[in-house]
Amino acid sequence: MSLTRDQIVKRIALELKDGYTVNLGIGMPTLVANHIPPGMDIVLQSENGILGLGPFPKEDEVDPDLINAGKQTVTVLPGASFFSSADSFAMIRGGHIDLTVLGAMQVDEKGSIANWMIPGKMVKGMGGAMDLVAGAKRVIVAMQHCDKKNNEKKVLKKCTLPLTGIGVVDLIVTDMGVMEVTKDGLILIEHAPTLTFEQIQSETEAKLIKGPQLKPVKI
Amino acid sequence: MKTNKVLNNADDAIRDIFEGATLMVGGFGLCGIPENLIAALKSKGTKKLICISNNAGVRDFGLGLCMANKQIKKMIASYVGENDIFEKQFLSGELEVELVPQGTFSERIRAGGAGIPGFYTPTGVGTLVAEGKEVKEFEGRKYILERALKADFALIKAWKGDPSGNLVYRKTTRNFNPMMATAAKITIAEVEELVPVGSLDPDQIHTPGIYVKRIIQGKNYEKRIENRTVTP
Repeated sequence: MSLTRDQIVKRIALELKDGYTVNLGIGMPTLVANHIPPGMDIVLQSENGILGLGPFPKEDEVDPDLINAGKQTVTVLPGASFFSSADSFAMIRGGHIDLTVLGAMQVDEKGSIANWMIPGKMVKGMGGAMDLVAGAKRVIVAMQHCDKKNNEKKVLKKCTLPLTGIGVVDLIVTDMGVMEVTKDGLILIEHAPTLTFEQIQSETEAKLIKGPQLKPVKI
Repeated sequence: MKTNKVLNNADDAIRDIFEGATLMVGGFGLCGIPENLIAALKSKGTKKLICISNNAGVRDFGLGLCMANKQIKKMIASYVGENDIFEKQFLSGELEVELVPQGTFSERIRAGGAGIPGFYTPTGVGTLVAEGKEVKEFEGRKYILERALKADFALIKAWKGDPSGNLVYRKTTRNFNPMMATAAKITIAEVEELVPVGSLDPDQIHTPGIYVKRIIQGKNYEKRIENRTVTP
């Protein structure tokens, strides 16, 4: 059984630590915010100029002047601050963000990531992703293990799409398991319940190293 | 401090934008965009513009209006995924594009306004963005040289402003507006509330008036929301 999107982000939430400032990417990564353990002090940063992001607004609180990086209407928590994009990326590039969670089209065994362009097909731009992977202290990728629509593997020996960053990813969490990027390669440390190491390896182009304490993802 | 930079309307404020001009246009998505100035630019119809703006609006709003009108020759932006016309014009070769990582984009503009011709950044090392750029190592880490951005005109939006050009932004409408204000020969600001000189607290001003050459009272703000997301 593979993990659902909700289970993937729930697993990523276990990586949060009290006092962290975190930037969550657009899409699935945003959902990590739903699983911040109660009582844990986490400040969410949004690269369009917010520290202290709150939940989505109630209908009567919607303010077009207050959006997150995914252009969704949001609210802020007491103690929040607003700032310019230059200040925001100084914060990111300057190493002040503890953790970022991003989606990816491909990742590889060296921790390189591609998530912004498919030549000749899709040109949307990298937004803040290149700055985030270059500047955040820890980078986690949240994605599906394979591209089921095009029947393509996404955890590769070497990314084939234009890169977002080289050797920047620390942890990869997919519907099939959790992989740590190390200098020796990708170590599978947790697997989706009922999936074997071999089954996950067969869906992975990179050679996986079986973690000494490989265990099922706690869900 | 009695300079009066106030003009009557948006058409007047952008009257001298010329064919082929380089423009900076503030806003993140549709948040904090100069709606009135963009509308005036569209009706003026000036072509072959080089636009420096984080996004390209959407098909029928924001900078998308000028794109649909084929006024834009080149876009320098970080993310253009919300505008389907952009992708079409780009893939067919009608539109030139330079995609820039958002932090590099904002810093290039900041540098442009601050008299810094270039800077080294770790962002984009080893990617397409680094192609043709000088790489330098500092303390064992690689950085690429990025150049400053400047423009002929900056079109920006603030919440409040006074006739001296002092500006205050509201919430996330600030985004790229303050840096763009500093990096153009002629910065034109539109504001929701034009207030008398002396009524803004000097401690709270985000953009000092020196950067702003012209200011207008904006009207009929639509403030379109791209992704209205609510908690039930």
